[in-house]
Amino acid sequence: MRTRITWGRVLAWVVLWFFVLATVLPFYWMLRTALSDNHALAAQSFSLLPADLTFGPFERVLGLATPEEAMAEGGSGASLSFWLYLRNSLVVATAVTVGQVLFSSMAAYAFSRLTWPGRDVWFGVFLGALLVPPIFTALPNFLTIKSLGLLNTLPGIMLPSLFMTPFAIFFMRQFFLGIPKEIDEAAMIDGAQPWRIFFRIILPISAAPVTTLGILTFINTWNDYFWPLLVGQTEESKVLTVALGVFRSQTPQGAPDWAGLMAASLVAALPIVILYAVFGRRVINSIGFSGIK
Amino acid sequence: MTATATPAVKATTATAVARRPRTQLWPALGMIAPAALGFLVFYLYPTLRGAYLSLTEYNVLGSPVFVGLRNYVDMAQDEVFWNAIRVTLLYVVLNIGFQTVLAVGLAVLMHRLTKSVLIRGSLLLPYLIANVVVALLWYWMLDYNIGIVNAVIDAVGLPKVAFFGDEAWTVATIAGVNTWRHLGYTALLVFAGLQMIPASIYEAAAVDGAGEWRTFWRITLPLLRPVLVLVLVITVTGAFQVFDTVAVTTAGGPGNASRVLQLYIYEQAFARGHFGYASAMSVVLFLILAGAAFAQMRLLRAGESDLS
Repeated sequence: MRTRITWGRVLAWVVLWFFVLATVLPFYWMLRTALSDNHALAAQSFSLLPADLTFGPFERVLGLATPEEAMAEGGSGASLSFWLYLRNSLVVATAVTVGQVLFSSMAAYAFSRLTWPGRDVWFGVFLGALLVPPIFTALPNFLTIKSLGLLNTLPGIMLPSLFMTPFAIFFMRQFFLGIPKEIDEAAMIDGAQPWRIFFRIILPISAAPVTTLGILTFINTWNDYFWPLLVGQTEESKVLTVALGVFRSQTPQGAPDWAGLMAASLVAALPIVILYAVFGRRVINSIGFSGIK
Repeated sequence: MTATATPAVKATTATAVARRPRTQLWPALGMIAPAALGFLVFYLYPTLRGAYLSLTEYNVLGSPVFVGLRNYVDMAQDEVFWNAIRVTLLYVVLNIGFQTVLAVGLAVLMHRLTKSVLIRGSLLLPYLIANVVVALLWYWMLDYNIGIVNAVIDAVGLPKVAFFGDEAWTVATIAGVNTWRHLGYTALLVFAGLQMIPASIYEAAAVDGAGEWRTFWRITLPLLRPVLVLVLVITVTGAFQVFDTVAVTTAGGPGNASRVLQLYIYEQAFARGHFGYASAMSVVLFLILAGAAFAQMRLLRAGESDLS
């Protein structure tokens, strides 16, 4: 390719870097604010470094500061059960990820590599659920969870996405279709049954797509707000996203606890950022797949 | 040894081969069972129940009372509903407009300049962060008094803007925030589409002496059409269901300026206990989404590609 340096190319690079900086700098601003003292923020709204560097906001959020200290720093006196919300988010996201990936893979296997009457028709029906917008099923699902007596419980938050999503089945089926048919046939000649073939052969060689789907599912579940807001309202059942929304309105009269809010947001985003740092390439490469195929 | 073993091996092979054409119905049903349970209980049943509830008056405490189409008649006369439709449409147009144009530009820049995973990775970062976190971050940066954006606006001598508090700005602000969140994701979708266009076409264009600009309008954009339809269907469907950002920042205000449809549905169901009415509105939202997807397919002639 031509790599002549032209004004057009320089300009193109400048524009591209503008986009990258506009994407990344707000995250720096979140960190900078989270390390600031609330009272100093107003006077130093321009300073690139934290205003009066302090770990106070993180201590407040994580419950390491006494209510008096928190109040003095401009936070609310009410203690946030941050560790509890963090645990809830972890439990929900992990359970949904394991359940959804396992059950959707099983179904995808039956939809791609087993022969049975009506297979493709039923796959079409399952896939049709992609067309139904989440809001449409959310209200009736709320009633179902309520009549199961699972309102304000973690299982109530998990159940609707624990067994399958149409996308997860579709995603796994695409990969299973690409595995040579001879592999199952050879195993069958050796006397292995479908269950055994699935768990011993197909699932292990699909480790890469399984991991990718797992990461995407974990991120989506971790970030979900609407459904947990409907179903998990008590202290015991709140997940981080819901708690963050409440945290904003919880601040007493006067200015919000900006530093505390940013610290809480950072802690809430941290697991995803770590996951992304480790598996970033996988996530990036999956984007084309989810949209185009 | 071999002599005695051979018939046995032959026998098992023969039964296995004979068995293969038979259907594997039972194992298949077993493997589908959990997913089928989830599908029936949490997708199919709620879809039917939602449609039925939209024809009832239901406050969750008693049992639903069938009222026919009354919810829909009420809706037609509900000013707040029509306002919610207007606000949602305005949001969708602004958000999708900014997002699509910028994403195509960004994707073309990446495609022509670099394959860097680091750059693609940073652009995707906002998409991976919860809506709630993104909303709080921008609520802070756009704060009227001490937010960095207004500090900059003030420093260059312009009047400060109450981004979330001024009716004229609220919807555009929320659209802007969500554009920031989705830009990288949308750009990567387009980028994946660009990579499917054969390089030979570009080489031929270069040989013919076509410049970058002409190449983009005459080759890239037309060949990208099928991908753009998909991107639009995905992003428009998502945009119509905007909720998190509004709920965390303005909660629909000031006045009704940012009361989008999904927020109004949520309020009717859970704050006012009008579950039937809320269901009827979600039926309408469903129909709008289906109609929008259908229209996009038709308008952009999704099936046809100029490649072949």
